[in-house]
Amino acid sequence: MVDVIKSLGIEYVPSNPAQSFRGLHESLIDYGGNKKPEFLTCTHEESSVAMAHGHFKIAGKPLLVLCHGTVGLQHAAMAIYNAWCDRVPVIVIGGTDLDAAKRPPGVPTFHSAQDINALVRDFTKWDDQPVSLPHFAQSFVRAYKMAMTPPHEPVAIALDCALQEQTLHDRAGLKIPRYVPTAPPQGDMNAVREAARVLVDAERPVIVADKYARTAEGVKLLVQLAEALQAPVIDQKGRMNFPNTHHLFQNARGQALIREADVILGLELSDYWATVNAYIDNGDNDGVGLQESHIKPSARLISISSIALNTKSNYQDFQRFQVVDIDMAGDAEATLPALIDAVKQALPTNRAASIEARGASMKKAWAEARDRTREAASYAWDASPVSTARLAMEVYAQIKDLDWSSVGGDRQLSSWPTRLWPMDKHYHHIGGPGGYGIGYNAPAAVGAALANRAQGRFSINFQPDGDMMFGPGVLWTAVKHQIPLLSVMHNNRAYHQESMHVQRMSSRRNRVASLGQDIAPIGTRLENPTIDYAKLASSMGLWSAGPITDPGELAPVLKKAVQVVKAGEPALVDVVTQPR
Amino acid sequence: MRIGDAGRPDRAEFCLAASAERGKAAYIQNGCWQCHGTVGQGSIMTSGGKRIAPDPMPWEAFSSFVRSTNRTMPPYSEAILSDGDLADIYAYLQLIPKPPDANSLPLLKP
Repeated sequence: MVDVIKSLGIEYVPSNPAQSFRGLHESLIDYGGNKKPEFLTCTHEESSVAMAHGHFKIAGKPLLVLCHGTVGLQHAAMAIYNAWCDRVPVIVIGGTDLDAAKRPPGVPTFHSAQDINALVRDFTKWDDQPVSLPHFAQSFVRAYKMAMTPPHEPVAIALDCALQEQTLHDRAGLKIPRYVPTAPPQGDMNAVREAARVLVDAERPVIVADKYARTAEGVKLLVQLAEALQAPVIDQKGRMNFPNTHHLFQNARGQALIREADVILGLELSDYWATVNAYIDNGDNDGVGLQESHIKPSARLISISSIALNTKSNYQDFQRFQVVDIDMAGDAEATLPALIDAVKQALPTNRAASIEARGASMKKAWAEARDRTREAASYAWDASPVSTARLAMEVYAQIKDLDWSSVGGDRQLSSWPTRLWPMDKHYHHIGGPGGYGIGYNAPAAVGAALANRAQGRFSINFQPDGDMMFGPGVLWTAVKHQIPLLSVMHNNRAYHQESMHVQRMSSRRNRVASLGQDIAPIGTRLENPTIDYAKLASSMGLWSAGPITDPGELAPVLKKAVQVVKAGEPALVDVVTQPR
Repeated sequence: MRIGDAGRPDRAEFCLAASAERGKAAYIQNGCWQCHGTVGQGSIMTSGGKRIAPDPMPWEAFSSFVRSTNRTMPPYSEAILSDGDLADIYAYLQLIPKPPDANSLPLLKP
């Protein structure tokens, strides 16, 4: 089994140990020498999978996670769902003990099931339960292949204890299938040519990209396409899709551009409906709320997305149904070279002047939006709790000359890093959790930082406090395995989204929200007592500082923290911040 | 109580009694800070990037909006937020100072 795993070049196995995979675990660390893969000790299976999730978004290769087949997989399930929604491959092996006559009673029997993968089948791409070693070899290589064919997704293998522990009598007879990557599916060429004609004829085309750029090459291709059309790009930041330093990066005017567009091209959008419609949560229409189209009735919509090839029914991650005029089921990054060629061929010479004029207007708009964003950042600059803009720029000041990578999401930080830091490399940010399951950020940041370590990059993570509390043990994993990462707490002392939700319900129901001893509705705040994240981190071996409430104190502390991380250790700075 | 042209309590009646100190407490107590931040700076995540301070909108528009908005922000009726408390909140917002010019801040220089 270890020979099969090694044949695929898997580097790490972030896992929490369990009896049901003791056979494979021992083989990995003794027979396999604990090298490629190396076992990373995790304190929760959710952390294990989320580490693999973050790692892939930097390294581009999946990791293997081992877990108990029932209770371990139950722990891991949310993180597997996040990876599914985010289209990230993770190879999960769950240990199970199938022969009821042989397995020990008590705990091992509580930890066994006929079909452990049933728990996660709705949000994995493929699963198997091999019954022999040759079967395992086929399963594992096939699982890797399925996971790594776009749309990338998690896969699961249920691995019987007896199979792991059986004596091997004829090694010579065992063969390991060779892994050959599958070429990604691409959009139909007729549809590509039609899309090119529509884009070329458009007066106000807009390109929207979400989980599009699987690789750095994807970014380059999108720049080529956008420049050929001088079309504005709205980056929904499922990945680093488009440089925010480019004049065609037009996120600040996104809503206005969508409203005025005559053609919209969506690339791997998780939610096309919400891209072109608005939903207002105001309780109107018997609780349905307001739903408003944001596009001209005559606007033509084009979609290139691989997720149509692998949609399942139960979980609703496919979002609301949106009618699209040209709909291509294929990987957008793989399709783009053909689309770029088709656009260039379809471009008539008499459009050159109008396209150039469009580009000039985008340059002006980009510069003006930039100034407005800087002005917006200045508000609450000296406030306490610390403004998220101030925090983002104080951090940037300390890392701007380094080869940095932002490995945590910044959406809840009002996206200040992706709005103000110059982002033009694919690893400058890695998007978010996919399924918005809280508890992703801390371990994904550690996993991504591990991948960045190999490249000598500096990893920075803005860490929401609520997310941290779901699985703080991953901080210990970062110390144990010497993963350099600077975590700066976005400590608003709340599950703040829920504070606002419950406040909204109180006001809508014409009631005064009950706060108890807190400053927001009961059940949503992390205060009384507040949590000392610096002590939490130092208890697990990290260098730490804080809590900081005065923005004037940030610079020297962050400077010291950066030095610690540059020396190869993780560090944490606790900063008490504005809510968003 | 005098009623202004817009059907809302006339601001003049409240001016003398309104207290920014009470207003700050009411701003927190009633949850305004959750979406608007503690100094009204707002966020693209919660207020569409709109600010309510410094330089808040005129009182008539402000009070009308708070009572009758039907968009993302829920309305606050007088039953749960009195005119007096609303006037205090307005007084608090009026006293929030302007920020420094972005071009004067080294960390925000282009």
